[in-house]
Amino acid sequence: MTILTQLKEQITAQLPKLDMVIGWERGYDALHATPLFIRAAEDVERLQIGPLAVHNTATYLTGLKNKKVGVVVKGCDSRAVIQLQQEGLINRENVVVFGFPCDGVVDLTKLRRHIGDIGRVKEAKASSSELQLTLDGQEQQMALADVLADKCTRCRFPNALVHDHFAGTPREAHAATDDYPDVLAFESQPLEARFEHWKQEMSRCIRCYACRNACPMCVCRDHCVAQSRDPHWVTQEDAVREKWMFQVIHAMHLAGRCVECGECQRACPVDIPILALKRKLNKEIKEVFNHDAGVDPNAIPPLLSFQVEEENINERGW
Amino acid sequence: MAEAKFIANDKLTAWLDELSATMRVLAPTRQGDAMVFAPYVPGQNVEMGQEATAPPKSAVFPASEDLLRYDYRKNPEDLGQVDVELLPTITPEPTLVFGSRPCGARGFLVFDRVYDGAKYKDPYYLARREATVFATIACLQAENACFCHSVGSAPGDAAGSDLLLTPLDDGYVVEAVSKKGETLLGSSLLAAGKKKAAQAKKLREQALKDMGDPQDFGPAKDKLLALFDDMGFWEDVSAKCISCGACTYLCPTCYCFNITDENSGLTGRRVRSWDNCMSFQFTMEASGHNPRPTKAHRLKNRVGHKFSYYPALHEGIIACCGCGRCIKSCPVSVDIREIVAKAMAHQPPAVEEAAK
Repeated sequence: MTILTQLKEQITAQLPKLDMVIGWERGYDALHATPLFIRAAEDVERLQIGPLAVHNTATYLTGLKNKKVGVVVKGCDSRAVIQLQQEGLINRENVVVFGFPCDGVVDLTKLRRHIGDIGRVKEAKASSSELQLTLDGQEQQMALADVLADKCTRCRFPNALVHDHFAGTPREAHAATDDYPDVLAFESQPLEARFEHWKQEMSRCIRCYACRNACPMCVCRDHCVAQSRDPHWVTQEDAVREKWMFQVIHAMHLAGRCVECGECQRACPVDIPILALKRKLNKEIKEVFNHDAGVDPNAIPPLLSFQVEEENINERGW
Repeated sequence: MAEAKFIANDKLTAWLDELSATMRVLAPTRQGDAMVFAPYVPGQNVEMGQEATAPPKSAVFPASEDLLRYDYRKNPEDLGQVDVELLPTITPEPTLVFGSRPCGARGFLVFDRVYDGAKYKDPYYLARREATVFATIACLQAENACFCHSVGSAPGDAAGSDLLLTPLDDGYVVEAVSKKGETLLGSSLLAAGKKKAAQAKKLREQALKDMGDPQDFGPAKDKLLALFDDMGFWEDVSAKCISCGACTYLCPTCYCFNITDENSGLTGRRVRSWDNCMSFQFTMEASGHNPRPTKAHRLKNRVGHKFSYYPALHEGIIACCGCGRCIKSCPVSVDIREIVAKAMAHQPPAVEEAAK
């Protein structure tokens, strides 16, 4: 039995007890999957998983409080569920988790770099190792590894870390450790060069806040500092200063909470590589608190706890 | 109109260099992995092979602009009395938008009815609109998210443009659409193009044929209104929406704005910036009451405004140019075509009963 068939059976069995189950289905074209809200038995047939099912289904959970919701999750999505649980932002009893082993997802920005315009792809077939496309009447084949999201190539948790139902057999992790080589490489540049990079990247930001709304951990929603008018922290100008200010706030609010699902960056319509900011803070959190966000449901996020003496901060020894 | 001209591929940069000597030229520019309209730098290689990620909307309707600057001045005779000095700021810059698609230029026809209408004239908009010229590239290949032919336009639509360029293998046929456009055809770099104009026309017609049958969104006007109170319908179609504003900010026809005062001590600026009906603050009232409290209400507004309320006020014209950016740049692939089609096909349960 395929993983998909198994998932469908598990969902069908649980659906009568739930308001909805969130998964993925084919979107407006062959390359785009789209979140699927399964409410009736016949919706289950539309479920799709695989390398094009990119969205983090856990993003919807905090908006569905007081509902009984099932979520189909990849490894990174499951980390968001755990993190939300750690922070008391969801009631785990109201959430039924359908997990499966993930082979990684396609980064459509990388695919665009590979084949040019992706807007005319007519067919797409993805296996666990290859992606096959039909574009302008021609077939193109590529190794999935070449277009996988960076988060997937360094993924330590491809299997749903928390689940009430699991389909398939757990797979091996893509990487055993993450030493943040990308962050280190960026930091080897002079400060001016780094600032120039961000000024340039942020200049095309359209302030749409897709990064914020796609983030499963961005839970302030209608109270976001970026749009608060009283107090009026950030102006409404189309200025790099304001855009950068928001990204710094976003990153700081996610320190030790970001599960690196990469939804902020994926959602950005103008492809600003903002996951790097969250990676930087996660690297610091790892060094100081030895904490991985969204791994252990019983852990306490470091910035949600207080200890007079932190093990890795030697303030009395200075 | 003047006869068609032709610009060879290898002379395009020189032509743009020439044009940019007298005005600001905005052209599709690669920035990172995105393509945006940015000021042309002489010698720059302009990429026109694909639709830009963001439309040229900000050329006429900037993401934020100062409406006025103000200064509070205390009256030295009576310190309790404060005068305010207002300095309006309208500073349009002659601008050429080069390389937009027909949809990007046509978007302003939707704006015109609002900001240059019989009742209201927006001086800021009018000044910029007057100062802006559009040299548009006809589309010869539609993308999966494109649906311009379903909203009264076409991949070779010249409405809203001043020049229409049609790509051939060795260059572009350049045709003037307006008097403004004609004034740009004086360059010696342009060759006669009359003979190639027929070929260009054929290519544009083929591009429209290749798009297949259009959808008829005409009935949506009344159907959407009939569904206004059916929140079940709206909750269903908006379930996956994450209520960000990517769709509205990338939309060539979205024209809502917000006004805020940005103070700094006794001086400040009154800033107009893009508003976004997906945002929780959109139309929020000073009392705190929000007539559109959920994302379902907000998406209903977005779809309804484009396909029902605007057409009802403007002779059936749909406030959408079919560029598809709201679909392809949506983080969760919400498809406005699908929502409108669903609304048109929707049968209220009571009607079904009666039909039996």
